[in-house]
Amino acid sequence: MTDAASPLVATAPSPVAASPGYWAGVLRRLGREKVAIAAGVVILLIVLAAIFADFVAPTDPTKTSMLRRLRPIGSPGYLLGADELGRDMLSRLIFGARLSLFMGVVPVFVAFVLGSIIGISAGFFGGRYNTLVMRTVDVFYAFPSVLLAIALSGALGAGIANSILSLTIVFIPPIARIAESVTTQVRTMDYVDAARASGAGPFLIIRAQVLGNVIGPVFVYATSLISVAMILASGLSFLGLGAKPPTPEWGLMLNTLRTAIYIQPWVAVLPGAAIFITSIAFNLLSDGLRSAMEVKN
Amino acid sequence: MDTRATDQAPAAAILAKGDDRGGAATPLLAVSGLTKHFPIARGTVVRAVDGIDFEVRKGETLGIVGESGCGKSTTARLVMHLIAQDAGELLFDGELVDGQALPLKAYRRQAQMVFQDSYASLNPRMTIEASVAFGPQVHGLSRDDAIARARALLGKVGLEPARFAGRYPHELSGGQRQRVNIARALALNPRLVILDEAVSALDKSVEAQVLNLLLDLRQEFDLTYVFISHDLNVVRFMSDRVMVMYLGEIVEIGPVEALYARPKHPYTRALLAAMPSMDPDRRTEEAPLAGDPPNPINPPAGCRFHPRCPFAEALCATKPPALRDSEGAGHKAACHMAQPGSGHSRAPVAPETVA
Amino acid sequence: MLRYFLRRLAYVAPVALGVSFFCFLLVHIAPGDPLTSVLPPDASAAQQEEMRRIYGFDKPLPVQFVLWLWQALQGDLGVSIATGRPVAAEVGKAVGNTLVVALLAMVIGFALGSLFGFVAGYFKGSWLDRGASLIAMLGVSVPHYWLGMVLVILFSVQLGWLPAGGAGPDGSGAWKWNWEHIRYMLLPAITMSVVPMGIIARTVRALVADIMAQDFVTALRAKGMLDPGVLRHVIKNAAPTSLAVMGLQLGYLLGGSILIETVFSWPGTGFLLGNAIFQRDLPLLQGTILVLSMFFVGLNVLVDIVQGLLDPRVRRQ
Repeated sequence: MTDAASPLVATAPSPVAASPGYWAGVLRRLGREKVAIAAGVVILLIVLAAIFADFVAPTDPTKTSMLRRLRPIGSPGYLLGADELGRDMLSRLIFGARLSLFMGVVPVFVAFVLGSIIGISAGFFGGRYNTLVMRTVDVFYAFPSVLLAIALSGALGAGIANSILSLTIVFIPPIARIAESVTTQVRTMDYVDAARASGAGPFLIIRAQVLGNVIGPVFVYATSLISVAMILASGLSFLGLGAKPPTPEWGLMLNTLRTAIYIQPWVAVLPGAAIFITSIAFNLLSDGLRSAMEVKN
Repeated sequence: MDTRATDQAPAAAILAKGDDRGGAATPLLAVSGLTKHFPIARGTVVRAVDGIDFEVRKGETLGIVGESGCGKSTTARLVMHLIAQDAGELLFDGELVDGQALPLKAYRRQAQMVFQDSYASLNPRMTIEASVAFGPQVHGLSRDDAIARARALLGKVGLEPARFAGRYPHELSGGQRQRVNIARALALNPRLVILDEAVSALDKSVEAQVLNLLLDLRQEFDLTYVFISHDLNVVRFMSDRVMVMYLGEIVEIGPVEALYARPKHPYTRALLAAMPSMDPDRRTEEAPLAGDPPNPINPPAGCRFHPRCPFAEALCATKPPALRDSEGAGHKAACHMAQPGSGHSRAPVAPETVA
Repeated sequence: MLRYFLRRLAYVAPVALGVSFFCFLLVHIAPGDPLTSVLPPDASAAQQEEMRRIYGFDKPLPVQFVLWLWQALQGDLGVSIATGRPVAAEVGKAVGNTLVVALLAMVIGFALGSLFGFVAGYFKGSWLDRGASLIAMLGVSVPHYWLGMVLVILFSVQLGWLPAGGAGPDGSGAWKWNWEHIRYMLLPAITMSVVPMGIIARTVRALVADIMAQDFVTALRAKGMLDPGVLRHVIKNAAPTSLAVMGLQLGYLLGGSILIETVFSWPGTGFLLGNAIFQRDLPLLQGTILVLSMFFVGLNVLVDIVQGLLDPRVRRQ
């Protein structure tokens, strides 16, 4: 009688007709979404401009000039005009991208990691642990995000770090919810039972079998939150709860330029336009990513 | 200790088939008093499996049949220890499962399962060779060895590795996926394989191929099968002994031909009578079973089948019959009619005790 | 049905408790001694003692929470540091103003959002879909406070049609139902309606597209594109979820109105909140947030119940 473990012939690895990996397939489909690609390019340009602001910006964003306050768009030397303290708008916008992007992306990223851990563990282990964790999440979910962010920032005090902290706390519950929901679905699948039947322990199962199926949808959801985060972060600065003057940050700029709407309205709205464009780009990219992931299964 | 194992590559040593510790007389699997109740709302439970006892002998195929909701799948999952039993004992080759002598991980190497839904039982994000190689890797095989073994097994089940190994489940047909599931079940070189409705979702022609494959594999790898199905023809084809379940209990168990030719329990008789025949002259004029399908939340008192049984008497509503063999031929039935001296009007006369 | 209603209430009770506990904690997570957070800087020792007694700062935390909650339930939310008036009174006045503009925003947002969403889903894939989806996407992406500024520039500064801020010509903050006052409400309401409009449009589009993809609808449509039977069926099936989303959006509007009310100086709860933050007036901040979040929680329950009424599948959960 043959033992199934005895060495068998022809075990040399042959060139297997492999289909491309999962993420390769997603990227390929994403490549066909022209709108999403365009959006991605826009984001890339903004990010690059922010990183290399020192080289891209025409002048020093903090250099004030009392004589040249609120110059209109197209003034000589001030391509996009000058703000209420005579600073070059274009430079401030480019430098402002750093903080605005940072305050939008970092909370979402941290919330993605923490929320996934919370949600996946709650979904996988179930039982009382799940109930406890998800009810706590529900308490935070019971607040509208703006209100929660403002409540936290208001209590903690103004500042960039506090804003990032409160925004992270705001975004953990929705991500945890999605992660828990997807994990619960995956956990009931037979292949998870088959993995258990193979003798694998819970953490190995999570890592090898569950994670790959859960991270995708959660990640796509998280990307859709970036635009919201940016708007919220800028909103906090707009209220005086985020960045402090004279730091260039789009929301803060909108705040200080508010009274300028009577004098140079189109300069005053520039920072908001920047937020708008970036937000659109992130949303288009996220939508494209979601479509690319949906086609499978 | 099998001396051949020490001469072979370490991979084979890790995956050597478990020794026959109990000997020929010990059943490979002995289940006693197995019970599982699922709580739903406050107070009520679904009595999915209610105190069943049975054995699986080495090298045989035990078929398990019954309607949906009778507890077959729950039994399978209990035997596989995928859900914990509320009561009862599982002995594998004489040793208690998840006990001192047989820790759970060691048991898992020896008992494997093939699930019904061929698609849901494969991770959509893993290639099929990776899915098959997963189990061996859990037990210590290196990735390369595991992949090599996976490819060899895929070849064994009829899926040419060069063409199939790198594919994803959604790129295969239902029959091909079931072959992958079988390969995966064999990856750890088990002694016992439970097939839970493994062919039920396949087309008839594919089903025949897979069944023949299973028979070949059983021979080649010296396997013991538990074959669960609702299709009586398939069970007859595959099994040596058959066990009939109803509402969480065993109503009849015995050698396949004896059970099919001379069913002792009215439920078994009704099931067999309900099988469609190829013979146009054998028509079924009446439904073999009256009454409503059973509700496992509030099973009837006494014999659970009595509300639908054409032979039920007052005795049957009060006293549950024990699963007993009246002739000593290994063919047991849980019915008062089959047991001499039970008090049922149709029971055979008890043999006189010799003074 | 009653059982579903009771179950929802039972579920929400611990959540409401948790929410109020969080509001209670706000004062304690603020840097510094909680006492200084609830008192004006020039408070006398006697006032400090009084506050200490009322709030129970020397008692253990759970006891403080119960004390505070008990007072809140009786309508006492403390006293505003800046104005010296009871918080409950201030919030009460402001809530009315916010509700008025939020409801108008809701109506506009729901109407336009449903229209765009329906058109997009019904004619999925066509240029109508693309156009409507584009509008929805813009709505969802726009920073609403910025949009407010833009609208003010357009309609107030440049065209002079509508006022730039405030609630009424006399600046009293009191609401009256006449055209004069409604003029002040238009821009804030329109601004507030844009994001919900986008969200509702997207939701309705997905719902309608799903319903239209069902096989028997295709069969019905063979009778004609705008068949009233199909329309009725689509609306009936899309209604429960879209109403639920609308209800939730109203909650977000109530909670998130701060930014727009700041832009328009609209004397609602958001404006109050902004002032509270600016002046570090923690009792006011705490009380306002408690009222707003309770509103939101209650709204959620209401939405669930309405959904249960309209959609029997939800009730069985």
